[in-house]
Amino acid sequence: MKVRWTSARIARETLFYLLLTAFGLVMFLPFEWALSTSFQPDKDIFTIPLHWFPAHFTFAHYVKAFTTVPFGRYFLNSFILAISGVATNLFFGSLAGYAFARMVFRGRQAMFRILLTSMMVPGVVTLIPTFIIIRSFPLIGGNNLFGQGGFGLLNTYWAVILPGAAGAFAVFMMRQFFMTLPTDLGEAAKIDGCGEFRIFWNIYLPLCKPALATLGVFTFQAGWNSFLWPLIVFTNGQLATVQMGLQAFSYNHNTDFGPLMAASIVVMLPLVLIFIYAQKYMTQGIAFSGTK
Amino acid sequence: MVKPSRSEVLTEPRERTMRVSRLNAHESRMAYLFVSPAMLLFFIFALLPAVAALLLSFTNYDILNPPQWTGLVNYARILQDQVFQQTLGNILYYVVLYIPFMITLSLLVALALNRKMPGMKFFRTIYYLPVISSPVAASTVWMWLFNQNYGVINQILSLFGINGPNWLFDVNSAMVAIVIVTIWQGLGGNMIIYLAGLQGIPEYLYEAATLDGANKWQMFRYIIWPSLRTTTFFVTTTSFIGAFQLFDQAYVMTQGGPGNSTLTPVYNIYNNGFEQLQMGYASAQAFTLFVIIIIVSMINLRVNREQNLV
Repeated sequence: MKVRWTSARIARETLFYLLLTAFGLVMFLPFEWALSTSFQPDKDIFTIPLHWFPAHFTFAHYVKAFTTVPFGRYFLNSFILAISGVATNLFFGSLAGYAFARMVFRGRQAMFRILLTSMMVPGVVTLIPTFIIIRSFPLIGGNNLFGQGGFGLLNTYWAVILPGAAGAFAVFMMRQFFMTLPTDLGEAAKIDGCGEFRIFWNIYLPLCKPALATLGVFTFQAGWNSFLWPLIVFTNGQLATVQMGLQAFSYNHNTDFGPLMAASIVVMLPLVLIFIYAQKYMTQGIAFSGTK
Repeated sequence: MVKPSRSEVLTEPRERTMRVSRLNAHESRMAYLFVSPAMLLFFIFALLPAVAALLLSFTNYDILNPPQWTGLVNYARILQDQVFQQTLGNILYYVVLYIPFMITLSLLVALALNRKMPGMKFFRTIYYLPVISSPVAASTVWMWLFNQNYGVINQILSLFGINGPNWLFDVNSAMVAIVIVTIWQGLGGNMIIYLAGLQGIPEYLYEAATLDGANKWQMFRYIIWPSLRTTTFFVTTTSFIGAFQLFDQAYVMTQGGPGNSTLTPVYNIYNNGFEQLQMGYASAQAFTLFVIIIIVSMINLRVNREQNLV
């Protein structure tokens, strides 16, 4: 069907793009400020009227950011932690989410309720008990069978990877998406003698690409941006993350804005690239061939 | 209820019962296998710490010395604690402002950017950028944007002849400023969840509705909105849970001020637990907040009319 470009339609579409652009400018405003701050010398940063674009252009803040803090090592650490988070959450989250959405077993409702309820416990109070669990993990890091004597998983990547490996958020999100898929696909496959795991892996999981891409972006970003927990369990500077590196530019109530903005922008870049890449899958329509 | 599968319909009754129970036994064994990694991690790193925190809420615990059992003393103190009660009022005010705007805006933006028009990928990326930024760095930037004299926001408002408030230092506008920042930062996340949900609506539903002569509004009301039910339930639930635990932005931008007007429950819990080292009392406060979140989620569940959901 061909679209007819009547003048009313052109007016409507122009308005549509104008609204999107206006709203987009509001969303972009803080980044504009951060970008222009990162490129202008200190004396120009806080002036009236405000400089929307740098009057004097400089790369000094970028150079300072990357020579004062060992960001190379921090990037590697954050990358390992974020990638592990994505792999475990996508696999365990969709496996459990699928079972909760599509399989029949005793205790399904009760287990899911407990999982959902756990998301409502404010995170601040479980910090200390979780720290104690990490420190007293048995038979690791000098600990005996009862978790005494050593440091357990502290100062290892596991201290961050394990607690975040299969979040209730991932299970809940995947379950909600599996529930929207038609049931007859799996039933037909079962009649053909297809095993449970293959029905999940070969039939339903490929249909979840938009949800998987979304969850992948979320978990990568959660790992990349996590700050407080790594700060608590990593006392060894070799394991520090990019967010801990950013902190180096604020001393007490004094913030070194230029280098902080420069470093923040570079730290954000991998997330922007991943989002742009994942978008292809996020909005991939699902073809329900052979159902109706 | 479980629909009878085709195999049940095709086989003889007696044989069917046997096969079905064997099939079900197999299916539930596999299901346990499927959920066990997630549930095991959940048990160690979510349930156990939560139960430990619940036990701590009945004790006097300063982290350095072993906890002492004090029964309901902490909970009795909550009833007298006017600051904590004020934080509950503050967070309710925040939630009432935040949730309706958040859900409406993210759904509207998702619907707009779901159109097959040029440039949509670009706008999706722009709208998603705030989600990617770290809360601490973003809040620092917003503090400058909200500055009464130097800030971009008041400079823009003055173009329209509006004399902007001293955003973060005025009792009337500080919480509104936090609502603006958190919507700015959370919108993109809910937008892409809705976008993913929209992809799940089968094409034939749209085609059928078009054949029946449905207009745009009817398409939304009778096709899109009902199909997004599970997505909306997810978005509202996680938004409520996140909103009630507001902390980062208040911590960086206002430190709970002016006059405690942006002090949130989690902020208060953080102060009591990690600044004053009253972990027992902080845990009791946390569980009070937890109960409030559960109640709100139950109401949300009713509103979403999701039977068989939880």
